[in-house]
Amino acid sequence: MEHKKEQKTSATSFSDEIRSQLGGETITLCYQCGTCASSCPVAKTTERYNPRDIIRLSLLGEKQEVLSGGAIWLCSSCYNCQERCPQKVEIADVIYALRNIAIKEGHIPNIYSEFATGLMNEGRIVPTSKFVEKKRPEYGLPPLRPAGLDAMKKILAATGFDKIQWKKEGTP
Amino acid sequence: MTSYALFLGCTIPARQPHYEASARKALTRLGIGLVDLDNMTCCAPPPLQSIDMETSLAIAAHNICLAEEADLDIVTLCTGCFESLAMANNLLKENSKLKARVNKILSNAGEEFKGTKEVKHYLKVLMDDVGLERLKKSVVKDLSSLKVASFSGCHLLRPSALLKFDDPERPHIFDDLIEALGAKSIWYRNKLKCCGGLLRGYADDVALAIARDKIVNTTKAGADCIVTLCPFCFLTLDLGQMLIKSAYKEEYNIPVIHYAELLSLALGIDPKELALDFHKIRLDKVLSKIT
Repeated sequence: MEHKKEQKTSATSFSDEIRSQLGGETITLCYQCGTCASSCPVAKTTERYNPRDIIRLSLLGEKQEVLSGGAIWLCSSCYNCQERCPQKVEIADVIYALRNIAIKEGHIPNIYSEFATGLMNEGRIVPTSKFVEKKRPEYGLPPLRPAGLDAMKKILAATGFDKIQWKKEGTP
Repeated sequence: MTSYALFLGCTIPARQPHYEASARKALTRLGIGLVDLDNMTCCAPPPLQSIDMETSLAIAAHNICLAEEADLDIVTLCTGCFESLAMANNLLKENSKLKARVNKILSNAGEEFKGTKEVKHYLKVLMDDVGLERLKKSVVKDLSSLKVASFSGCHLLRPSALLKFDDPERPHIFDDLIEALGAKSIWYRNKLKCCGGLLRGYADDVALAIARDKIVNTTKAGADCIVTLCPFCFLTLDLGQMLIKSAYKEEYNIPVIHYAELLSLALGIDPKELALDFHKIRLDKVLSKIT
């Protein structure tokens, strides 16, 4: 009995945590029909990803498995699942919510550290190219305007984005 | 003349001057004014939304604030930028609590999101401000022998509740705009399916397998080229064919061309002015069918 009670508590607390994140609000509407998985281009390609499984595991409170298992990073953000969900679960947004929690808990794939570094240094996630920039006049393109790095830095400080411990770690 | 704040984003100025040059030249020729604003930044696309949604909404809102100050609507070329900015714009307009939360962040940068402007993809600008009929009349080249596989990319259409661009399951606007140039837009298997582009850098094997599916399906349907809107889809399908060649030992050589480039060519803009050398797959097959 004690064991069951404990499980229920961890399941409820993880789904509450997800629901309190931007994008995670609708997760508990899921009734596991699988329309998401059958609409998913990634699930059709690899067994490493299945949106229905991610939602089920989340609702069961399997927090560590969901956050560190790597599957949440395989969503291609195409929103097909979200368009078709009969329960109006905002599945792609739920995945973002799970990723946001994972990042806060230190599960950061290398490529995301690179995006964050680009943003903090240049205000852009794809760095400009000196080669292309030099050639702009040749193609009749005006000089590239400066990125609003000052405003960006103030925004990143206000949300705590710049305090996230960006680190290189093995891809989970 | 209708004028817009041109939002370029990161990928286009860094890697795809052919997209920027063709879009600027074609839109200007059709009477659309494009204004370059200082201090725009990354749009905060899915990779940043994945890190922190609140920060991403604030960054998108910062860019919209700049357009509000300049009293201009925004036009985007990249569908990724369109999605990030239009999603934030509509979310914040609809949700006053969220707007207050984001404005509290923006106040640190001396900015306030008011919600007075629109974010439009350039296809919408072509529909609204030029129109199919005037577009047809502006075409000076014959594209009637060109069979085109259109691929809008996911973020022109989805999430449709916030983007409100076209029917997410049976879209027609992009194909109408292709046919207005005189080319034939053909059907192919899994036309609306993602290209896998956003998985590049995390799971390259999965990304390439999904991209290959798109290349195989468009080739099987007999397309002369794939027409794209998103710089990421472009990269995935154009450079992607080089990667498919080495990983799968298969060679397709199907040209990938942005709609703005096809539009420029149809309007009679000299190909030499369009920086077409940036394509990995040569466009000769396409150029020879535009007479």
